[in-house]
Order: sequence, then structure tokens, then C-alpha cells
Amino acid sequence: MPEQPGKNAIEVRGVRKVFGSGEAAVAALDTVSVSIRENEFFTLLGPSGCGKTTLLRLIAGFDYPSAGEILLYGDDIALLPPFKRPVNTVFQSYALFPHMTVAQNIGFGLEMLRKPKAEVKARVAEMLKLVRMEHLASRRTSQISGGQQQRVALARALAPQPKVLLLDEPLSALDYKLRKEMQIELKRLQNQTGITFIFVTHDQEEALTMSDRIAVMSSGKILQVGSPWDIYDKPADRFVADFIGETNFLTASIAGVENGKARATLKSGATITASVADGFQPKAEATVVVRPEHAKLTKGKAELSGTVENIVYFGTDTHIHVRLDGSNDLFIVRQQNARSAGCGFEAGDKAGIAIGDDAAQVLRD
Amino acid sequence: MATAEEIARAADRRDIRNRWYLSAPALLTIFFAAVGPLAIVLVYSFLTPGSYGDVKWQFSPEAWVSVLFERDIFDDTLSLAGAHISIFWRSVKLAIITTLITLALGFPTAYFMATRSEKTRDLWLFLITIPFWTNLLIRTFAVLQIIRNEGIVNTVLMKLGIVSAPIQILYTDVAILIGMAYVYLPLMVLPVYASMEKLDFRLVEAGYDLYASRWQVLRRIIFPLVKPGVIAGSILVFIPAIGAYVTPSVLGGGKNMMLSNLIELQFGQGRNWPLGSALSITVMLIVMVALLVYVRNAGSQEVRHG
Amino acid sequence: MAKSFSIRHQPGFTTIAAVCFVALYMPIIVLVVYAFNEAPSTSEWGGFSLKWFQSASQNAQVIDATLRSFQIAAIAATLATIAATMAALATTRTPPYPGLTFKYAMINQPLMVPEIVTGVALLIFFSRIKIFTGYSGLGYLIAAHTAFCIPFAYLPIRARLENMDLSLERAAADLYATPWQAFRRVTLPLLWPGILAGLMLAFVISLDDVVITEFVKSGGQDTLPTYMLGQIRRGITPEINAISTAFLLLSVVIVTLFFFVSRKRD
Repeated sequence: MPEQPGKNAIEVRGVRKVFGSGEAAVAALDTVSVSIRENEFFTLLGPSGCGKTTLLRLIAGFDYPSAGEILLYGDDIALLPPFKRPVNTVFQSYALFPHMTVAQNIGFGLEMLRKPKAEVKARVAEMLKLVRMEHLASRRTSQISGGQQQRVALARALAPQPKVLLLDEPLSALDYKLRKEMQIELKRLQNQTGITFIFVTHDQEEALTMSDRIAVMSSGKILQVGSPWDIYDKPADRFVADFIGETNFLTASIAGVENGKARATLKSGATITASVADGFQPKAEATVVVRPEHAKLTKGKAELSGTVENIVYFGTDTHIHVRLDGSNDLFIVRQQNARSAGCGFEAGDKAGIAIGDDAAQVLRD
Repeated sequence: MATAEEIARAADRRDIRNRWYLSAPALLTIFFAAVGPLAIVLVYSFLTPGSYGDVKWQFSPEAWVSVLFERDIFDDTLSLAGAHISIFWRSVKLAIITTLITLALGFPTAYFMATRSEKTRDLWLFLITIPFWTNLLIRTFAVLQIIRNEGIVNTVLMKLGIVSAPIQILYTDVAILIGMAYVYLPLMVLPVYASMEKLDFRLVEAGYDLYASRWQVLRRIIFPLVKPGVIAGSILVFIPAIGAYVTPSVLGGGKNMMLSNLIELQFGQGRNWPLGSALSITVMLIVMVALLVYVRNAGSQEVRHG
Repeated sequence: MAKSFSIRHQPGFTTIAAVCFVALYMPIIVLVVYAFNEAPSTSEWGGFSLKWFQSASQNAQVIDATLRSFQIAAIAATLATIAATMAALATTRTPPYPGLTFKYAMINQPLMVPEIVTGVALLIFFSRIKIFTGYSGLGYLIAAHTAFCIPFAYLPIRARLENMDLSLERAAADLYATPWQAFRRVTLPLLWPGILAGLMLAFVISLDDVVITEFVKSGGQDTLPTYMLGQIRRGITPEINAISTAFLLLSVVIVTLFFFVSRKRD
């Protein structure tokens, strides 16, 4: 683990969650441990059924772990009921109370905490301002748009000043443009309030744009925790590399692992320098990944060679599919487009693929 | 210290216990004022009738024997009780015919309602709901006024010169049929409509696209899809019809008895509580058979859709 | 121009539906019209008059039966609705647990047994208790009415609960509401329309009952429907039309309210 600046807001230690019993038992979380730092925008990323929502529900208190501890600033809260945890949730469906106004919704938590009326009023006003909803304070929640409901849900969860804010795929119900806006808005709110955010999503783009750190989950396990750059450029294993972005998988023999670098000899015979994932166990053959935009297509000879098979135009860039000589695998190269210029290749052309030092990553599995 | 697992299990147990406490008032009320007494009826059906009603606490299978048989007072031989059997037969017959009439009228009505526009559909539903919640006695009384000899039907027929003397409808089986069909029609329309409303008319379009005629679409597509509603409606009509009390007593007069009137008689002038009890249990058995048929049909229906 | 082909049309169905709607309302309309008949007959029209309403409203037996009907219906419907609300909370929004099916069967049981059978059973059971305790008040009728009203009150309440988003209560708990506060502030307000619908349904069902009341009542405990049944058996006068008309009006008002309450979405 790298150095840990600041305190930990949440520490999850060896948490298991099993649903059902006996033969039908399913482990939704399989001994998960992770630390989430104070004031951090932390994202749990993974496909549906990976256990990310289960973990969030355990932190919120809607469910109890089968084993393990959940510490909030050092205190074990794993068995506390939700109304005794200074943690609030923004629900996927927003779960706004339909029989209350926007302001009543926002004030609900403070009221339950028996705050003085004046304080509740002031805080609600402050929250309305924070999410720019002052003009709709007395509306029913059914009379406002989806994006506005989203803001109310946020304001409601932020109003009691929780130590940690949990967000369960809060943007999934919004359309594309609104989602983009809310991503920026969420980031702004987090900066402004300084509250620790734990954000659950299956959308890798969302995770990469907003997070300070990301935990990638699959089948009840956390596979990798790191900054968006780490996760994208230095995936630890095949699942992470495949789930986030597009990537090319190559088989190589590995030699001379030192300082996180290794010499990888590709099937074509070329040898490149590649960074090595944490937890890599030395072995003769391993998988090496190269992002399509980190490789370059050349007319002459390079580390790899093959025949151009398909050219797919995407507007900002072009994907060129190359059938590799020898292995017969497909390798994708992404080229930035320039105005009024083709990509310089045509289907059937012979081409070389240049992979620079540090463009490749050796996976641990 | 308790493990998380134990605490979760304890919480589950507590939840289930609380759910029992919460349902206790409803369950106890129904047990003491509806279900439990049925067991007493069963016990009474095996006792000896008291001379002034009620029972003597003495075991006797006589009540069950006399559900279907008559004992000759001189030589003690058994013969089929013609009166009882004809009442059984009439009750079952009238209940089945009522079910068929309400189906024949209710199915097209439900179809008509389901094919109206979204807005007017609620209005039609409302129009069916009103009679449904209107006092059954009042509705029977309304039918009585229509069909009696001085009623509007006979008056109109005579004024038009179609008949010279009023047709005697009241106090016949036809009167009971008209009355039951009238009061139970909404019970058929509502469930049929409920499944008809969910019918996806793109399936009907697909049927026509594949060369089906109107009749074939009705028989091969619409009917199979709304069959659960038809079965539910038939049960909802059959159960109260077999045990109908108000309609036969008002429209059937004293002679055209149905099972419920026969039962009432045993607790009134008949002073034979054990026989009344045995007859009541018999009605319940008929209803239970009908319900079993329903459950089996509904069950197989789900399998086919799943 | 050729008539275009309609997907929804089935020959004759509209005619049958029209006949049904006319047939459903015609007898009721005739009944109401003759309630305003001057002549003491239900076949000859003798001009408009309110005299039958007047005579009914001065008939001591009618007043007595009406008051008793309302008293029983009000108490029984209230008790049934409370019991049904609690039962609905106990039987919805939970993974299946031992006894759940039993509860469903028990609650719906009064709908499955013919009224005549329940009537007979209660007649026997209550006559024993009467001998045993010496009590012969309205309690028996109220208990019987409460029992058969429970499944009717239960239906709309359960439907409402099942359509209610569980995450709302979860959100309340997340915002520091204790289970009781969450129930008071979130569950109950959202459940109200269902409870109200259940109450109205139970009230109408109790008010309409003839068979069970006929068997359970002691002497001098006539409700309006059992009083009317006795009168109809003896022979009909327009006074019964007048009582029926008033009764009908009440039913229509309650059903209309019910219709709007149960369809209300928020």
C-alpha cells in the first residue's frame, strides 16, 4: 500500500456478506477490506452483481455483514441501525417523500435529530441555495423534474452534515446531458462541503471523471484500488484492464523484474520495457496490455506487424484494426484525427505497430 | 459477544414475532367470529336434535343420513329423499346456469369496456362498480318490482296487446335465475375486465396479420389470454349463487327453495339443527370442490405463461 | 367509401354491453321513480309526491333499524380497518416466513365460505355463549360484522402497501428517524388513502349485510336490511321504495368517494 495522507473516514475490515444459507448461500461480498480517506471522493466501480451496492448498504446500515468490521473514524458501526449512523444516502430512485414539499424533505433529517426550528429553517435555506433550488422550496416533489429531484435528494442527504455521504448510482436515471452536468455539480458540492463521498457506479467514464480514488469490484471482491490514472494506465489484472476502456492483450515472456519494470519479449520476437502490476508473481509467460492510443501505426518495421483489416471512423479519432502476423490476433490502434486528412492506411495494407517503452503493463494474472 | 450472524438472525426472529403480534387482532377476530364456529357446525351435524331447537348431546349419524335419504316411520327402511335431492339439484343447476348467463353477458360487456379509450374506461368501470356495491336486497327488490304480475314488464306487454293476462314469472325458477344473473353480473364483469384490460392488442393485430378471422382471433387469442379472469369470475359468481339466500327467498317464494332456504328451515320451523348443520357442511364441500378446480386451473395457467 | 377494418371490433359485443348496462340500471331507476309515486302502488303512476319518504322517516321501526345499522357499521368498520391495517403491515413487504400463507388463507377465509354457512355457524356458536354468559346485546352482531369486513378492508390497504417504495422508509431511517417515527411520518401518511378506502368498503359491506345478520340477531335487533327483508316478504308498499332510494343514494356517495380515494395517486 502506498503512503496514507490524512485520516481514514471509513475502514472496512474483512467484511463478508452471505445471502441465503446452506447450499443456496451466495457470498455477495467475499472478505473485503478497504480504507476510505477523509474528504475523499471514493468510487466503487463494477458491473451489476459485483457487490458494490451491498457494500454501500452495509455502510449505510440497511443490512448487516455476516463477518468483519466497518469502522467510522475508528468506531465499529457494523451493527448499528441506520438511524444511529452519522452517514446519509442518496438513493438510486431518490426516495423523496411524495407527501412532503422540497423544503420539508430537506429538513426531515434535522427534524428527526430534534434540531431547533430556527436552525432547521436556516440550514434548509442554506441547502436550497447550495443546490440552486430556492425558487422551488414549496413545491411537491412530484412537481419537479428528474434533475431537480436529484438535487433535492442531494440536499436532503447533505443537510444533517453527515460524516460520510453515500451515493448509490444517483445519476443512472438522468439523460446523457444532464448526467454530464450533474457530474460536475457533484464534484463542486464535494469540494464545497468537504464531506467524504462514497459513490457507487457501473459507469467507468463517470468513475474516471469524478473520483479521487476508485475501487474496482467483481464477484464480491475488490480487485484494485487506485487513482483514475493508476486504474487506467496500470490495471492490475485482466478484469480491470478489460472493464475499463479498450485494450489489447498480448502474451509475452517476462524477464528481469526490477523496480516495477520488466523486460517483456513478445511473440513477434521484439522486446519492450513494461511496468509490472503490484502482486505480480514471477512466471515465464504473462499477459501484457497496451491501450490502443498508446501504440503507433507505422509504414515501416516496428515491434509488431500485421495487415490492416478494418478502419472505423469515430469523429475525434479513428480505430484501425490490425490482424497480427503470426498470432493472428486482432490489435486495435487509435489515432487522433486531423482535419481533412485520412489515417494514411487502407484495408489490406501491411503495417507495423510501434509500442514505446512504458506503454505496456504486465498483468498479475 | 454475539456475532453479526447471530444478531441478524435474532433481528429476523424479532421481525417475524412482531408480524405475528400485528396480525393477531385480525386472525383472532376471524377465528372466533368466522372460522372457529365452522368446527362447531361439524360437531352439531353428528348430534341428536332437541325438541325445541338446539341439540341433545348424543351422537347420531341420522342428520347425515337424512341429507339424502328418508327413513320410513313404520318399517325404518331408507329411501332417497326426493324433496332434498330436488333442492340440491335445483341449487346446483340454478348456480351453474347463472354462471353461464353472467359469462355470456359479462364477457362481451368486459370486452366493450376494455376497448374504450383510457379516459372513458374509468367511467364504464364506475358504472359497473355502483351496482356491485349497492345493497343486494335492494337490487333483488328492484327486480321483483319489474317482473311481478303488476310490474312494468307485464304492464307494457298487456298494454301492447302481446299478452292478454300477465305472465307469471315471479315465484318461479326463471325469476330466481333473472334475479341471480342480475345481482351477480358485476362479479363476472369485474375480473374478466381486469384481465381484458391487460390484453395487449398488438397480439390481436398479429392474429389478423396471420390470416385469422374475427371469430378465430376471439377464440384462439383473446379467450385463452383472459381465461384466468373468466375462471375467477365464474368462481365469484358460482360460490354466492350456490349459497344464495336473499334472492330465492324474495323471488322464489316459499315453494322454490334453494339450499340456503332448506338450511334456514331446519333452524326455524324444522327444529332440526343437526340436519341444518349437515346441509351447511355439504354446501361448504361443494364450494371447496369448486375452489379446488379453480386453484388447479389457475396454477396450470401460470405454468403455461411462465 | 368502404368502412375501415377495426382491430378491436367484435360483432354484437357492443349491443350486448348496451343491453347489460340498460338492464343493470333500469330496475333501479324504476324503483327510485316509484318511490316518488303519489299512488300507493308500484305499477300505477299517480303523480309526484314525497309522502313515502315522509312516512318512512316517521316510522319508529325504520328509524330504530337505521340507527342500529349505522351503529354496527361504524363500529365494525372501524375495528375491521384497524385490524386489517395491522395485518396488512404484517403480511406485506417481507420475504416469505413460516405462517405467512396461513395468514393469507385465514384473512381471506370469510370470502370463501358462503354467508349462509357462516350465518349458521355463528347462530350455533353465539347461542351457546348467550346461554353461558347471559349477554345478548349488539356485541355479537358487531363481532360478526367485524370478522367479515376484515378481508374487504384488507384488500385496498395491502394493495397500497405493496405499491409503496420500500426505499422511502429506508430513506427515513437513513435520516435518523426511529422505526416508530418512520412509520408515523412516512408510512402512515402514504398509506392513508388505502386505509380510507378500506374503511369505506368495510362500512358499505357491513351496512349491506342481510344473511349473517338475519341469523345472528336476537329479537328486536333488526338492521335496516333485515327489517326490509321482513317487509318485502309480507308484501310491498312504496315506503320500501323510499327507504331503498335513500339507502341507494348513500351507497352511491360512498362508492363515489371510494372510487376517487382509491384511484388517487400522489
